[in-house]
Amino acid sequence: MTSLPKTTEKKLGLVIDLDICVGCHACAVACKEWNTGAYGAPLSDQDAYGAEPEGTWLNRIHSYEVTPREGAAQIVHFPKSCLHCEDAPCVTVCPTGASYKRQADGIVLVNEDACMGCGLCAWACPYGAREMDAAAGVMKKCTLCVDRIYNENLAEEDRVPACVRTCPANARHFGDFADPDSEVSRMSAARGGMALMPEQETKPVNRYLPPRPKDGAGAPVRLAELAEPEAKGFLGWLDKALARLG
Amino acid sequence: MHPAPSIIVFTVLSGLGLGLVFWLGLDLGPDWGAWRWVACALALVLAGGGGVASVGHLQNPKNAWRAFSQWRSSWLSREGCLMVAALGLFALYAALWCLADLRLWGLGLLAAGFALATVYATAMIYAQLKTVPRWHLTPTPCLFLASALVGGLLAFGAARGVTGAGFPTGAAFLALLVAAGIAVWWQTAAAGARRIAAGSSMETATGLGSIGRVRPFEPPHTGPNYLLREMAHVVARRRAYQIRLIGAVLGFAVPLLFTLLAWVAGDWALVPAFLSHVLGMLALRWLFFAEAEHVQALYYGAR
Repeated sequence: MTSLPKTTEKKLGLVIDLDICVGCHACAVACKEWNTGAYGAPLSDQDAYGAEPEGTWLNRIHSYEVTPREGAAQIVHFPKSCLHCEDAPCVTVCPTGASYKRQADGIVLVNEDACMGCGLCAWACPYGAREMDAAAGVMKKCTLCVDRIYNENLAEEDRVPACVRTCPANARHFGDFADPDSEVSRMSAARGGMALMPEQETKPVNRYLPPRPKDGAGAPVRLAELAEPEAKGFLGWLDKALARLG
Repeated sequence: MHPAPSIIVFTVLSGLGLGLVFWLGLDLGPDWGAWRWVACALALVLAGGGGVASVGHLQNPKNAWRAFSQWRSSWLSREGCLMVAALGLFALYAALWCLADLRLWGLGLLAAGFALATVYATAMIYAQLKTVPRWHLTPTPCLFLASALVGGLLAFGAARGVTGAGFPTGAAFLALLVAAGIAVWWQTAAAGARRIAAGSSMETATGLGSIGRVRPFEPPHTGPNYLLREMAHVVARRRAYQIRLIGAVLGFAVPLLFTLLAWVAGDWALVPAFLSHVLGMLALRWLFFAEAEHVQALYYGAR
């Protein structure tokens, strides 16, 4: 069970558009809300109302400052969850057979009834996508909302992962990367969808769309220069003469 | 990486015990005398005690029995299977030897082989992890094997020293020198195995390197979490030099002196040599974990 399938029929995954994400954390909240009452053990919190609250989350939103060689720095909000890798190292290290990748759709799951909570899969993951639940003592990870996407009790538009359904900016998309004509495949091809940490050779399925190039923002305004005193007399003439030189 | 006491105690003690199983299984030493009781008990207590300590690391130990099922793909599963085989065979060998005066060399060799394979599997649990460049090295299995073999040899000598069974101390001296050399080899390789040397940086982690230099601006959460505790543990790394010095002195220098002393003053000196070596190895194994940097800490801009 802990061997990886050679190929999977579908490659279900997410496209996350870093150009659009506003860093509101709604996807993380929706994820926690759905997954604490759905597949497997609840996502517990510890010291929830105390000085150092913490808990299990399957999706976390980082924010980075990116400074180009020239021009202004920009802020990029960066949601991170399981990338459902084709060569998932978390699966093969599992000693109990609890971790597995589904042949039908490529989703990486944990069978919590078999997990002994050794944590080796979290060590093997380059992305920090697996968290041990402190209350249940089993490994938790993104299920791609496997209990939503095939759930015929839900309205059709709700049969997508909770994070995708809730994103108010439409920065998250769900689909099959094995189908080159799917919406996610076409988006990824058109915008240069990125695989994270390709040097780890995990072949992640999820793709991140890079922020579009900034137009017209140019160099940052240097307020201090505007406040420089104006030179008068000979120095003023010299300043203008030098400026005329180009 | 978080230096969990249960894993440090497990890897050091079980390594020692399995090293001792290896030397005893090779049919070395006199076949009779009180020393065999001491040596066999020590091997089983060290390796078995280490095994029990490892269970302390599990968050859900009721499923621990399932860890014997995935030996085809998982080094951790292989370690469990090999450990049970090595200790089972050795327990039988020791029982026949000590209780029935029957030392079966074939059974001993088999136990010795499984013991070495177990140590190799333990090392591969760490060496396989591409996510921790400091562990993903050729010398890592060599380091674990050398530590187990030299620790086992010192335990072997100590057991014979206290019971007056005699021991060639020159062998222990040479083994300590070789093991120290392998420790230096690993240390040199590990010092060069930074995450950036493995090609990982905040730029590759976020994919934003094509735009420019990446700096963490705001973390996803204000409190601690499992990932930071486990993968970005930095406590006392700044004292790494001092701890490495303690490890080198207690683990190798002091035992070398005691083995020399044993040559002139008697084999009892192998007992302090062994005890000092164990303390030194605990310090070095602590560093093995505490100094290791995980690539996923890059997302937090952490080491």
